[in-house]
Amino acid sequence: MRITQGQFSFLPDLTDDEIRAQIDYAISKGWAVSVEWTDDPHPRNCYWHMWGIPMFQIKDGAAALYEVNACRKAHPEVYIKVNAFDSTRGVESMVMSFIVQRPSHEPGFGLQRTEEAGRTIRYTTISYATQRPSGERYSS
Amino acid sequence: MNKPVEGRITDMKERYKGGVLKYAQMGYWRPDYEPKETDMICVFRITPQEGVDAIEAAAAVAGESSTATWTVVWTDLLTAHENYQAKAYRVDQVPGTGPGTDKEQQYFAYIAYDIILFEEGSIANVTASLIGNVFSFKPLKAGRLEDIRVPVAYVKTFKGPPTGIIVERERLDKFGRPLLGATMKPKLGLSGKNYGRVVYEGLTGGLDFTKDDENINSQPFMHWRDRFLFCMEAVNKAQANTGEIKGHYLNVTAADMEEMYRRAEFAKSLGSNIIMIDLIVGWTAIQSMSNWSRQNDMILHMHRAGHGTYTRQKNHGVSFRVMAKWLRLAGVDHLHAGTAVGKLEGDPMTVQGYYNVCREGYNKQDLSRGLFFDQDWCDMKKVMPVASGGIHVGQMHQLIDLFGDDVVLQFGGGTIGHPAGIQAGAIANRVGLEVMVKARNEGKDILNEGPTILKNAAKTCKPLEQALETWKDVSFNYTSTDTPDFVATPTAS
Repeated sequence: MRITQGQFSFLPDLTDDEIRAQIDYAISKGWAVSVEWTDDPHPRNCYWHMWGIPMFQIKDGAAALYEVNACRKAHPEVYIKVNAFDSTRGVESMVMSFIVQRPSHEPGFGLQRTEEAGRTIRYTTISYATQRPSGERYSS
Repeated sequence: MNKPVEGRITDMKERYKGGVLKYAQMGYWRPDYEPKETDMICVFRITPQEGVDAIEAAAAVAGESSTATWTVVWTDLLTAHENYQAKAYRVDQVPGTGPGTDKEQQYFAYIAYDIILFEEGSIANVTASLIGNVFSFKPLKAGRLEDIRVPVAYVKTFKGPPTGIIVERERLDKFGRPLLGATMKPKLGLSGKNYGRVVYEGLTGGLDFTKDDENINSQPFMHWRDRFLFCMEAVNKAQANTGEIKGHYLNVTAADMEEMYRRAEFAKSLGSNIIMIDLIVGWTAIQSMSNWSRQNDMILHMHRAGHGTYTRQKNHGVSFRVMAKWLRLAGVDHLHAGTAVGKLEGDPMTVQGYYNVCREGYNKQDLSRGLFFDQDWCDMKKVMPVASGGIHVGQMHQLIDLFGDDVVLQFGGGTIGHPAGIQAGAIANRVGLEVMVKARNEGKDILNEGPTILKNAAKTCKPLEQALETWKDVSFNYTSTDTPDFVATPTAS
C-alpha cells in the first residue's frame, strides 16, 4: 500500500527539483526547514527521528536538499519527510510536512477489534512493520 | 422632514420629572463621547420609520438596548444611572441608500456600552442585552446589528475555541494544505450500516473528514447510537487502509442538554476525535458543549443551521460577522463561513471578512470586507472556517486563492455524485487539492492557470478527469443579497 500522510502523497513522488521548490517556498516565508525519518509510520506517531536540528534562518534551499539526500543515503529503507516551522505569535507550530522517501515495500496496517459492552468496539491500528524490531522492518 | 433634535437635558429636576422625553433628551445621544477601550461598541444599520429623525432613532436604539423605558422613571435615581446608559455617538448615512436609489434611507448608528452591562464569559447575556429588545421597536422599520467591537477586557473573560486551528492540525498531524470533507448524502433515510458505508468510501478514498448533516439527529430511519457505532467502524477501517488520521463529525444535537451530554460521551467512548452541534441549540448549550469538548479533547464542529433566517437580508437581522465573533468567543473549532462560489449566499469580499474574523489574531478595520472595527482577539485560539455547499473540484483554484490553507473544503455532492463512485470522488478532490497547493507553493498563478493545472493532473488521474467533465458547466451566478457597502477605490496617481 502507500500511506497517504503529508501534503503531497496523492501526487507522483516529488523529484529533487520539486522538493527544492517547496523548500524555497518555506524559506521565502521565513520558516525553518527540518528533515525527519521513521520506520514506524503509525498515524499517531508524531515523533519521527530528527535528522539534525531544524535549519533556522536558512537562506539557501540547496543546504536543506543536501540534508534530505544525506538522510536518504544513511537510511535507504525508511520514511523521510521534510517539515517547515513558523514561529510567528499565534502559530508557533509546523506549517508544512511532506514525504520525500518511502521504503520499497510498505506493508501497511491492520485493524484490531476488541469487543466491549453492547455493540461497542475498541479499535487499535496495528502497523505490520513494527511487528519486527527497528532495523529489521523493511527489506531492501 | 427631519425635525431638529432636542438636546440632552442636564438639569436633574427637569430630566427626572414624570412624563415622556425623547431619547436624545434622556441622554442617549452623545455626539462628543469618546468610546473607552473597555466599552463594547456596536454599529447598527437602521431604517427609521417615516418622519422619525435618524439621531432620535439611534438614541432610541441605544436606550432600548440598555436602560430606557418609554417613560421617565424615578427609580433611575437610585442608580449610577449614567453608567448604564448606552451612548449613541455617531450616525452616518449608508452609501447607496435614500433619495435617488431604490432603497429607503438607512443609517449606521454607532453605540457604545459600558463594560459593567455584561456578565463575564456569557454570550447569552451579550445577545440578550444587545439584540433582546431593540429589533421589534416600532419607530424602526428595520434594524441590523452590522458589526461589534468587543473590548480586550471582555474577550479575556472567555476561554474561546476548545481546540483551535493549530492544535487541530497537531492532533491530526496534517499541515500545509486545506482539510477535505464531505457531508453524507442523501441527508435522510440511510440506515446505520448504509450510512457507515458512505463514510468508509469517502474516507478511504482520501477525505480527511466526513460529516453528519444538520438535521440528522435520531430519527425513525436511523437511531443515533447505530449511526455512531457504524461510523466509528468506518473511520477506523479507513485509518488502517490509509495510515492517516480520519474523523467523522458525529452530530450530538438533541432535544435537551442531558441527552446532548449522553451522545457526546458515547462519541468519546467510541474514540471519535470530533463531534458537531447545530447553531439552533442556542448560546447556553453551545458554551456548555465547548467546555465539555475542552475537557474531553474533542474538536467541536459548529454547523450554522438557521442563521440564514436573520443574517441574509442587509436591512434586518444580525450580520454573520457578528455571529462569527460571538461563536469564536463562545468557543467552537470549526464554523461554516461560506464558499463564495458555491450554491449558498455569500459575496466573496464579505465571506473573506468572515474568514478573517475566524482566523486572525487581530482584525484591522476593512470596510471593503465589511469589518467596521479593529478587533484584538488577545491570542484567543482560531476557528477553522468550513466552506460547504455546491462546490466541486473544478473550482479548487478559486477556493485556494480565496481562502488559503486553513479551511475545511467540503464536497458532499461533489464526492458522492462522482460517476465512478465515492472513492473516485474523494481521490479526484484530494489530487486536485494537492496539485493546486503544490503549484501555488511553486509560485504559479493558480487563479489563471488553475484549470490547466487540473487538466494536466487529470492526465494521470482518471477520477479527476471524470469529475472535471461531469461538473464542467456548474456555477452558481446569482446576485448576492448581502454585499459590502464600501468598495475600495483606487487613489488618483
